[in-house]
Amino acid sequence: MSDVVIVGAGQAGLQVAASLRNAGHRGTVRLVGDEAVPPYHRPPLSKAFLKERGSTDKLLIRPPSFFANHNVSTHFGEKVVSIDCIQKQIAFENKASLSYDWLILATGSRNRELLVPGTSLSNVFYLRTIEDAMKLRETLVVAIRIVIIGGGFLGLEAAVSAQAMGAQVTILEAGDRLMPRTVSRPTSDFFLQAHRANGIETHLNMTVTEIAGESGFADAVVTADGSIFPADLVLISIGVVPNSELAEKAGLEVRDGIVVDDHLRTADKTIFAIGDCARFQSTTGEFVRIESVPNAVDQAKNVASTIVGRASPYQCVPWFWSDQGHRLQMAGTGFGQGEAIVRGSGTSFSVDCYQDGALTGVESINCPADHITARRRLALSTQPN
Amino acid sequence: MTNAEVRTVDVTFVSPSGSSVTVAGRPGETIMQVAVLQDVSGILAECGGALACATCHVFVDGNCFSAPTPMEAEMLEATAVPRRSDSRLACQLILTSDMKTVQVGLPEVQV
Repeated sequence: MSDVVIVGAGQAGLQVAASLRNAGHRGTVRLVGDEAVPPYHRPPLSKAFLKERGSTDKLLIRPPSFFANHNVSTHFGEKVVSIDCIQKQIAFENKASLSYDWLILATGSRNRELLVPGTSLSNVFYLRTIEDAMKLRETLVVAIRIVIIGGGFLGLEAAVSAQAMGAQVTILEAGDRLMPRTVSRPTSDFFLQAHRANGIETHLNMTVTEIAGESGFADAVVTADGSIFPADLVLISIGVVPNSELAEKAGLEVRDGIVVDDHLRTADKTIFAIGDCARFQSTTGEFVRIESVPNAVDQAKNVASTIVGRASPYQCVPWFWSDQGHRLQMAGTGFGQGEAIVRGSGTSFSVDCYQDGALTGVESINCPADHITARRRLALSTQPN
Repeated sequence: MTNAEVRTVDVTFVSPSGSSVTVAGRPGETIMQVAVLQDVSGILAECGGALACATCHVFVDGNCFSAPTPMEAEMLEATAVPRRSDSRLACQLILTSDMKTVQVGLPEVQV
């Protein structure tokens, strides 16, 4: 029997606990998270939950009774401040500690901060937690002009939600296309047209220099070219940074994420890192850090298998989705880096993304069956002979 | 009926082996939410109900629920266990107050 401590009570951390019990692990399982609420689904926060005043209960990934029923001890609302790799202990802010045989770091990521004047004005928001979403929604229902800084998945999803709530939405993206780091150009171009046709004012190549305001309240966003965009509400969505400080302090290798091997282990073989905070070697050979629910879930299941003695290298094909009025689903990696070939046309098509002649990723727009087929195809091509 | 009175719907999940479990759902909840919140195994719901993953595949009497949207219909073509005439995605099946009991069949696998 071995004792497992999981730091981070998001999708990944919870899944480790669930999978360990599912696999018959008999040692203790302790799930530690700095948010006071049990693990919940984050994706709806920019979509249905933002629009519809849903109850927070419906966001929970498992019912509150799950933890007692499966003998998982919880430490919600508690912050871990250090790891002692020699004694195999983690320490909390209040000096209490927990011992482990296996430690899983599922510490997730946090919003990248925009470093310009004005971000602390009261109607300027970030979106990551339930609390963020509730605060944002309170202002969103009364705001008319919304400016969203950052045209990635989150910003665009929130834009569509805000517009559905009756707001006039402006998106300011710093790159020369939408979602520049995550999708291919044909997909960027499609969503640019779609959002513009839908009445969302979308500007590219816009570097924000200031959020202007008076009496603690923002009233405009200013960009480097001198443009001024009036705003009743500003949402900043410029990506995330991994929560890797604990690992770094413990002397583990960190390179925009906690670096792990093909079994998602750090150099200390009793410490794993999974989910948003982990940098691992993908099936195409490059080291990646993936911010998605399926990645969190699949890595969690892999680690649980290793702990119960059924280790196998992590080889899952990453997949993603984004609801922006149109349904975007992606499988694989390397989008927008090499050749992109479009199949289909209009509002329903897929983009095959190649690197060095090999298919590495497929983006599907309003083509869910294409997406599932692509996942299976990519999974087959990554299996060892 | 007073406001304080909460009506529930008995939702029975039947596994491929024939074993079943019945839990109480509330009107407005989806079958997927009922299954996940009450820890019923056999429905993965990897995407949390966003109609993105097809891992909440179930078999139900179609007359009880509104017909699948085109998006759900297309996702059903991509389930791990092949689609049947009574296949649905549980995240799209909303319980209503006029329902008393609902029977839900579970497939062998979801991925």
